[in-house]
Amino acid sequence: MRRVRHADVVVIGAGPAGLAAASAAAERGRSVLLVDQGLRPGGQIWRHRDEQALPSAARRLMARARNAGVKLVSGCRLVDAGSPNELVIDFRGRIDRHQTDAVIIATGARERFIPFPGWTLPGVTGIGGLQALLKGGLPVADTRIVLAGSGPLLLSVAAAVAQAGGRVQLVGEQAGAAALRRFAIRVLRDPAKLRQAISYRWACRSAPFRTDTWAVRAHGDGRLQSVEVSERGHLRSIRCDWLGIGSGLVPNTDLGQLLQCQVEHGAIAVDALQATSVAGVWAVGECTGVKGDEAATIEGEIAGRAAAGDAAGAGSTALQAARDSGRRFGRLLEETFAPRPEVLALATPDTILCRCEDVPMRSVDPGWTPRQAKLWARVGMGVCQGAVCGPSCTALFGWSANTVRPPLGNPSCGEWKSGLDSAD
Amino acid sequence: MSLGVTLIVDGVPRRADANATLAASLLAAGITAFRRDLGGHPRAPLCGMGTCFECRVTVDGVADVRACLEPVRDGMRIETGK
Ligand SMILES: Cc1cc2nc3c(=O)[nH]c(=O)nc-3n(C[C@H](O)[C@H](O)[C@H](O)COP(=O)(O)OP(=O)(O)OC[C@H]3O[C@@H](n4cnc5c(N)ncnc54)[C@H](O)[C@@H]3O)c2cc1C
Ligand code: FES
Repeated sequence: MRRVRHADVVVIGAGPAGLAAASAAAERGRSVLLVDQGLRPGGQIWRHRDEQALPSAARRLMARARNAGVKLVSGCRLVDAGSPNELVIDFRGRIDRHQTDAVIIATGARERFIPFPGWTLPGVTGIGGLQALLKGGLPVADTRIVLAGSGPLLLSVAAAVAQAGGRVQLVGEQAGAAALRRFAIRVLRDPAKLRQAISYRWACRSAPFRTDTWAVRAHGDGRLQSVEVSERGHLRSIRCDWLGIGSGLVPNTDLGQLLQCQVEHGAIAVDALQATSVAGVWAVGECTGVKGDEAATIEGEIAGRAAAGDAAGAGSTALQAARDSGRRFGRLLEETFAPRPEVLALATPDTILCRCEDVPMRSVDPGWTPRQAKLWARVGMGVCQGAVCGPSCTALFGWSANTVRPPLGNPSCGEWKSGLDSAD
Repeated sequence: MSLGVTLIVDGVPRRADANATLAASLLAAGITAFRRDLGGHPRAPLCGMGTCFECRVTVDGVADVRACLEPVRDGMRIETGK
């Protein structure tokens, strides 16, 4: 790898948090490289095929980044990072090394899945996964859809599939009615969140929404045909073409771990200016804790300013108050939508726990450490590096986060080698 | 949906939306087994965002390409169910 390039600030992830961070730093005169593995910028919430169809906040932020001179590279990913001076970026197959004074991690979150019988059947996707496929062009018109999981994503995805002509048979929220009421009271105090919730519910008004409800077993021969749900204590079977599942989101900490940043409670730990425990490394948005796009944007703004040397701007009272409010909302999300014991007990001995390595529950002893599970049963040793089974094991057995190893996002050996060769 | 490109999926030509991801296009074409597990059971996209690797297929001879991160291109050859 001969090519070594420099940018004052390198931001990884072009969701709301990364876009805001990159813009704020570039507006302060810094050269900014924004790297994102998606086909287009916007992250999970603003995943799109046509920018004009995005909400105005998204279009504004993308225009802001462009006007500020941010250099955005899509379809590229950070694969290794020893320090801010050793960032290894895969530019669609060409591997380059980058040096920088400031790294801002904005890698977002992913869905948490709690295994249950039948969850590996084609047609069973994440709730956000279904949303992502829909935004990627999956036609769902006139298909029957059941969503069963936890968290605000349920309603936003139900609205999106209903708008696309999908027939939503049921929206099942595993959290109890009382917990959801407490959550609703908090949302009532926030006009923007309330408006959003109402518009989502209106868009999927013909679909029943049930609390205390979860998927128990997915059935089908080679593909999903029906799902058995536990709906307020009663079992019933629903025929469907798609089943969206997922017990909330978990922060993507892998890049923080590679850079040796401290990780606490499964999130990259940061101070009030979004600085991590490692000098020259900031982290923003959902990789520091799940709390939604508004909070992610605020945190991005703070870190972009701080990384550009504008500590006073980053510490402004208004930004800090908004940041605190976002973190409070995050804690409420965590409390309200934690997986309940009945859901954690759904898997049978035959249920697959680690999908990459085909490891069933029966092969794993909850008394093991994650390392023993890797060595003895290959749990988390597959291509996804434990991205899927890691959070399942944490919820099921209390295991700590999976360790990560480069290259991240595991380019196939062939891809990796040809990239290295072409750079020599 | 504008059906703008042709993909060759397991030898069969299929029209696809030029703006769609490969994963969405394969699902739209009725493909269920993107890959198979050790027991031969079909697997298909779970996360839609590049983390789970369940959507991997062979594209123009390159194995293990994540279909959910891949744009479609006219004439792309895809092999599924491996
Ligand atoms: C699958 C999914 C779907 C969601 N859909 C919605 C929705 O429809 N509505 C909603 O309100 N919220 C949705 N969310 C919640 C969403 O996480 C937040 O609302 C918001 O997008 C968080 O912003 P962020 O900038 O922190 O992270 P994200 O928006 O997640 O952005 C992170 C970005 O980092 C990139 N990235 C990660 N690792 C690397 C790497 N190594 N190299 C390069 N790039 C990398 C990713 O491609 C992504 O673009 C969804 C979450 C998930 C997981
Ligand atoms: S669907 Fe998970 S990586 Fe593509």
